[in-house]
Amino acid sequence: MSWLHLLILTPFLYTILVPFLYKGLRRIHTGWFVLPVPALLFVSLARQIPQVAEGGTLSYELPWIPSLGINFTAYLDGLSLMFGLIITGVGALVILYSIYYLSKEREALHNFYVYLLLFMGAMLGVVFAENVLVLYLFWEMTSISSFLLIAYWYQRKSSTYGAQKAFMITIAGGLAMLTGVLLLGNITGTFSIREMIAQFAVIQGHSTFIPAMVLILLGAFTKSAQFPFHIWLPDAMEAPTPISAYLHSATMVKAGIYLIARLTPIFGGNMVWFWLVAGVGLITLFWGSFVAVKQTDLKAMLAYSTIGQLGIIVSLLGIGSAALYSGVAEAGALYTTAILGAVFHLVNHSTFKGCLFMVVGIIDHEAGTRDIRRLGGLMNLMPVTFSLAVIGSFSMAGLPPFNGFLSKELFFTGMLNASQFGIFHLETWGRLLPFVAWVGSVFTFVYCMIFVLRPFMGKYQPQKLEKKTHEAPWGMLFPPMILAGLVILFFFFPNVLAKYLLYPAMAAILPGFVAADSGLGTIAAWHGWTPELLMTLGVVGIGTIVFLAFRKWRGIIVRVPARFTWSALYDNFLAKTEGFAARFTDFYMTGRLRDYLLYIFAIFITVSGGSMLINGGFAFDPTGASPIALFELVLVLVLVGAALMVLWSRTRLTAIIGLGIAGYLVAAFFVIFRAPDLALTQLVVETVTTVLFLLCFYFLSSWQGKNEKVGWRVPELVIAVGVGLVVTIMALSAQGNRVFEPISRFYESAYELAGAKNIVNAILVDFRGFDTLFEILVFCMAGIGVHTLIKLRGEGKNPK
Amino acid sequence: METLMSVVIGILFAIGVYLLLSRKLLRIILGSSLIAHGANLLILTMGGLKKGGVPLLEREAPSYTDPIPQALILTAIVINFALTAFLLVLAYRTYVSVGTDDMEQMRGLEDE
Repeated sequence: MSWLHLLILTPFLYTILVPFLYKGLRRIHTGWFVLPVPALLFVSLARQIPQVAEGGTLSYELPWIPSLGINFTAYLDGLSLMFGLIITGVGALVILYSIYYLSKEREALHNFYVYLLLFMGAMLGVVFAENVLVLYLFWEMTSISSFLLIAYWYQRKSSTYGAQKAFMITIAGGLAMLTGVLLLGNITGTFSIREMIAQFAVIQGHSTFIPAMVLILLGAFTKSAQFPFHIWLPDAMEAPTPISAYLHSATMVKAGIYLIARLTPIFGGNMVWFWLVAGVGLITLFWGSFVAVKQTDLKAMLAYSTIGQLGIIVSLLGIGSAALYSGVAEAGALYTTAILGAVFHLVNHSTFKGCLFMVVGIIDHEAGTRDIRRLGGLMNLMPVTFSLAVIGSFSMAGLPPFNGFLSKELFFTGMLNASQFGIFHLETWGRLLPFVAWVGSVFTFVYCMIFVLRPFMGKYQPQKLEKKTHEAPWGMLFPPMILAGLVILFFFFPNVLAKYLLYPAMAAILPGFVAADSGLGTIAAWHGWTPELLMTLGVVGIGTIVFLAFRKWRGIIVRVPARFTWSALYDNFLAKTEGFAARFTDFYMTGRLRDYLLYIFAIFITVSGGSMLINGGFAFDPTGASPIALFELVLVLVLVGAALMVLWSRTRLTAIIGLGIAGYLVAAFFVIFRAPDLALTQLVVETVTTVLFLLCFYFLSSWQGKNEKVGWRVPELVIAVGVGLVVTIMALSAQGNRVFEPISRFYESAYELAGAKNIVNAILVDFRGFDTLFEILVFCMAGIGVHTLIKLRGEGKNPK
Repeated sequence: METLMSVVIGILFAIGVYLLLSRKLLRIILGSSLIAHGANLLILTMGGLKKGGVPLLEREAPSYTDPIPQALILTAIVINFALTAFLLVLAYRTYVSVGTDDMEQMRGLEDE
C-alpha cells in the first residue's frame, strides 16, 4: 500500500466519516469538512510535478487477484498526473463553491458529499489504475456515482429521467468497453497497460484488433458524450450546478478522453482508429456547437458546448495518433501539434467550463432562473459575475488574451497539418477537416456571444424574475475567480504549463516522441500572420455577422433540429423495446397450461427427433426380437383399444374404466414378459388407483355440461402424434443400437451374495436399497400431502 | 414382439399427450397415467422381452430375464401411484375451492 494507493482510497474512506459529521455537527456546513480532502490530495500530487516533468514515472504494485492477473497497480505519469491535478483541483473548488451554493438547512448534504467523494475516488482510480480491469471497475463506479449525483433531487421527475438516461448510455458503453478490454487481454495475455503497449506490434496485427478497438471506443465515446451518445449530457444538467461543473465539464466526461489518450500507444497509427476518433470528434464538435446555439437554458447551452469542446479534444487526439504510424524519426510538429493541442485544450476546457458552470449557478442562485429569455441587463447588478462570464466564454470562443485562443490556434494548426498528411486517404478527405472545424468554431463563437450578451446586456426585467437580483457572496465567487485567473495565466505563461504538465502528458500518449524532442515547439501567442490566425479572424468576423442576424434565422434553426433530435430517437427506442418485450411476453406467456405443454412437447419433438434425423441415429434391426404369439397380438389390440376408449369416452366413467382395463392389460403383459412382482404390484396399484379415480369422479363436475365429446383439435393432435412417433422411433433405434452386454449377469449370483432367490427383490432391498428407501419417502410424502390437502383448509381465503 | 411393443408404447404416449393437452383436470390425470404405463412398458421392452426364464433362482433356468428393468419399473410404479393419488386429491381440493375443474377457467385467478 503506497501513498498513491492511499490517495485513491482516501475519498472512499472519508465517505464513512461524512454522515457522522453531518449528523453530529449540524451547525457547520458539512462541505467544510470535506474540503480538506481534495485540497490535500491536490498538494500531494502537485509535489510530484517536478519529478514527472523530468520524465519520471511512479509505479506501485498491490496484488489483488494475482491468480487472474489482476493487480491494483497504481501508476503515475504525465497524463495521469495532469488528470489527477484537474480532478483534485477542480474538486476542491467545486466543494468550496457548493458550500455556498447548497443550503445546509434544506439539503441532504451528507448524501451529496458522500456521492461526490465516491465520484472523486473513482475518478482518481480511473486515471491512476494501470490494470485495465481495475480501470474498468473504477470506470463503472464513476457511472454509478454520477447516476446518484444527477438524481440528487430525486423528487423531480426530470432528475430521475436524466440520471436513468445517463446511466443506461454510459453503462452500455462500459459493458462494450469491458468486452474490448477482455479481447485485448486475450490478445496480449496481460491486463497491464504498460505490458500491452510493449506488445504494440502483436496487437496491431491481431485479427480481433479492430473489434477490441471499436468496443473500447464505444465505452470512451459514451462516457465522453460523443456523437451520437451525447444525448445524456444535456439531461444530466438536472444535477445541482456544482455537480454539472465538476462531473459534466471537468472530470467524468474527460474519462473517455483519458481512455483514448491512454490507449493511443496501443491502437494509434491505425487508419480505423484515426478516422473513428478524429471523425467522431469533428462530428461531435459540429453537432454540439450547432445545437448549443438554439438552447434557451444556460445550462443546456453549456452542456452542448461541453459536447462540442470534447469533440475538439477527441478529434485532435485522433489526428495526433497518426504520429505513431510514421514513427519518431519523421514525425515533426506536423503530427505532434495535434496531441499538444488536445492536452492543452483539455486543461483549458476544465478551467473555463468549470468557471462558466459556476457563473450559471450564480445567476440561477441570485436571479432564480437560467432561462435567457427572462434574463437581461445583469451586468450592472452582478459586475464580478459578468467579468467571469466574459473571461470564460471569450476563452471558449477562442479569443485573446485567454487560454482558449492558444488551444484553438493549435486546433486549427492540427487540422491544417492533417490536411497535408499523405496517409490514411487524407489526400482526398483531408481538405474537409479544417473546414468542418472552422464551421464548428463559428457556431462556438455564436453561442459564446449569446452566453455573455443575453443575460448580462439588454434591459433588466425584474417583473420576470422571482428574486431581487444582487451580487453573489464572495465565497461563491471565489472558486470561479481562481479558474478565471488560471484562464488568463495560462495565456501569458503557456510554456510553464507545457513544460510541467503538457509535455509529460504527451510523453505518455506518444511514448518516445518527447524524449526524441521531435519538433515540439513552444506555444506562442503570436506567430505572425499564419493561416490559423486568419481562420480565427474569419471565425470572429463571420461569427459576429451570424450573431447579429441571429433573430432572423433563429426560427429556422429551432425548427429543423427539433424534428431530428437523437433524444427523441432514444426515447422512441426505449418505448418500442419495452412495448415489444411486453407484447412478446404476452404472446407466449398465455397463462394456459395447454400452451406451455405444447411448447415443451414441440421442443422435445424437434430436438430429439431432429437430432436423430440429422445424426442418422435411426437404426431398425428386428433380428434379435422375440416372436409374437396370436394371443399377444390380441392383448396388444385390446390395450390400444382401452387407451382409445379413454380418449374417446363420452363420459368420465367410461374413461376411468378404460384406464382400468389398460392397467390390467399392462399387468398381463408383465406376466407374459416374465415379471411376476411387477404384475402383482401393477394389479394392486391399478385397483387402488381406479378406486381413487372413482372417488374423484363422484366429487368432480361432469364433463363440460352433459357428457360432451372431445372435439379434435389439430395442433394438439399433431403434437401428440409427433411425440408418439418420436418415442416409437427412439424405442426401435435403441434396440438396434445395443452397445454392450447388460450387467444383469452379476445379479444372478443374488443367492451367493445376498441370500435371496428372488433377484428383483434382492435388487430392491439389497443391491439397490437406497432407491427403495427414498421411494418409501416419496410415498410417505404423498400420503402426508393427501392428508394435508383434505384436512387443512385455507382459512377463509377461498370459502366454498 | 419388441417392434410391436414399441408401436404400442408410441400409441400410449400419443394418447397420453393428447389427454394432457385437454382442459379437464381429470383428463390430464388420466393422460399422465397412460404415459406412465407407456414409460413402464418402454423400460421393460428396452431390457429385451422374453429372453430366458422368470428371474427367480429356484426355477433353474439356463438364463433369466433381465431383472434390472423390473426393479426399476417396480420403483416407478410406486412413485407414479403416489403421484397420481396426490394429483387426484389436489384436483378434488381445487374443485372444492375453485368450483371448476376446467383449466381454462382457472386461468388468471386473483391468487395467482
